[in-house]
Order: sequence, then C-alpha cells, then structure tokens
Amino acid sequence: MNGLIGKKIGMTQIFDEEGRHIPVTVLEAGPCVVTQIKAADGNDRYDAVQLGFGKRKPKNTTMPMQGHFRKAGVNPVQALHEFRTDGTELNLGDTVDVSLFEGVDKVDVTGTSKGKGFQGRIKRWNQHRGPDGHGSRQVRASGSIGMATRPGRVLKGTHMSGQYGNKTHTKKNLTIVRVDSERNLLLVKGSVPGSKNGIVYIRTSR
Amino acid sequence: MSNIIDSIRNENLRSDLPEFSIGDTICCKMRISEAGKTRVQNYEGVLIARQGTANEASLTVRKISNGVAVERVIPVESPNLTGIDVVRHGRIRRAKLYYLRNLTGRKARIREKFKTKQS
Repeated sequence: MNGLIGKKIGMTQIFDEEGRHIPVTVLEAGPCVVTQIKAADGNDRYDAVQLGFGKRKPKNTTMPMQGHFRKAGVNPVQALHEFRTDGTELNLGDTVDVSLFEGVDKVDVTGTSKGKGFQGRIKRWNQHRGPDGHGSRQVRASGSIGMATRPGRVLKGTHMSGQYGNKTHTKKNLTIVRVDSERNLLLVKGSVPGSKNGIVYIRTSR
Repeated sequence: MSNIIDSIRNENLRSDLPEFSIGDTICCKMRISEAGKTRVQNYEGVLIARQGTANEASLTVRKISNGVAVERVIPVESPNLTGIDVVRHGRIRRAKLYYLRNLTGRKARIREKFKTKQS
C-alpha cells in the first residue's frame, strides 16, 4: 500500500539549509481508515485496499453507503479511494497515517483542477493570437482546423475551445520536503491541482 | 489564511537581530559560497523598504557602489543572513524610501536620529 487521501491546505515557502526559498504545498494527509479489502484470491481478482478520509454526517450518507461503512466497522467518511497493494497486512478499520511517507523521496498527487469554464483556444491550449491591427478580424478566433477535401473532416482531438479545468489531474514526482506525523501534514515542493480544501490522492512515485 | 499555514510560516523565526527600522543604515552579514568555500560578506546600505511578514519578510537595502546604485532584497529569515549591525539611525517620515532613487548626492542623504536620553 503506497497511498493516502488528503486535503490541500494551501501554499507557502520555507528555506532549505543553503538559504534557498522552496515553494511548498501543505497537504493534510490522512489519517485514513481501511473501509474495504480486495484480494487476488477472492472475488475481486486483484489486491487493493479502499481507504476513507475525513468525516461525513450519517444523515448525509446514503443508506447503501451506511451499510458499506457498517460492514467495515467505521464511521462514515468524506472521501473514498482505492489503492493497489501487493498482498496487504491491513485489516478492516485499520488506520493509516502520514508516517507512511517517511523515507519516501517523491510522490504523485492527484486532484481535481480548478474549473475555468468554457475557454477559448488561447487559454485552453496556449495557442497564439491573430494579428491585432491592419484590419484583422481574427484576434482571439480560431485559425484553420484542418485540411480541405482530404480528409474532408476535422481530425479527432483537434485543439479547440471548450470546458477547461475541473478535471482530474495528476502532478508527478513532487519532492517531499517534510513529513509531520504529529499534525498529519505533508509538505511537497511545488503546486498541486485543485483549490484549497480540495481532496487529493497522494501516492509514492514509481 | 489557515492556522496551519500560519504556524508553518511562523515556526523558528529568528530573534537574534537588533532593532532597526526604515531609513537606518545597516550592515548585513551575508554568507556567500564561492569556489567551494563559504565566507561572510558585509553589505552596507540604507534600508529603504520592508516587505512581507513571518518567514516571507524581506529588506530592500540600497547603496551606492562605485558610483552605481545597487539595491538588494534580503530575506530576513534566510540562513544566509548571519547578522545585522545598525550603523546609523535615520530620521525619516515615510515607510518606503523609494524617492531616494530619484535623488543623488547631497539630496539623497538622510538625517541622523539620535536617541533621546531616558531619565
């Protein structure tokens, strides 16, 4: 088991020994409870654990989910996520905390990026503007989106305007700057996707 | 700002620096490493601005070096800042002395503030 569920708290900066500023994102990582175990020799055909993080009021939990939590013997949680294991020693209701990442160098952080709505090609795909002057009527408009008779259609995946953000993103190989087991904090170098208080999934990099 | 962020920003703040304020001439002892060796270099100038709080605080120190104006932004909490000496207290009426940039020579002087005698 190599991952945790956490919450993005915000960014700040700290100094390293050589006096360099390091931009860090502070994550509240865990403690997580084990809510389900999947085993390769069972019905699930693969090894994994489902972890839960945070609190959810029972009255805001659907009846099927309440049953799921009752089966595990844990209180309802805010977020659930599954992490692959290699034949784990964890049991239902066990707690996993941030000390998991002690001695770990790099992590990947998955979160939901900030939603930016319907955006044009310049913001969404970093494309260039058209000319401003000389009677130009194509300042932020799209240019050509393909060829003519052959293929006679727009290729799939052509960069065009549309919904930007509010999408699951993973930032890979973030250096761990500090692990604070007392307060369940994890400081990673650089930014992570999503807004403050957003749920993130943290796992050790391959 | 969240309490957790604040606590990280405020941990291990230094208390070894003397009292100084804007307009003072200060001598910053900067640790620099060059060619594999570290040594302490003094940087003396007029403190013209302070920015930021907690571990993000920094000082803007201006001096005229060989006829060329130099402004250096020094992070207060940097481990490379080994100490500060106050050379001269200045008497000023502003929090930011950016007007000094437009002045040269005798106009760019700051009057010295002498401490009043405590009875």
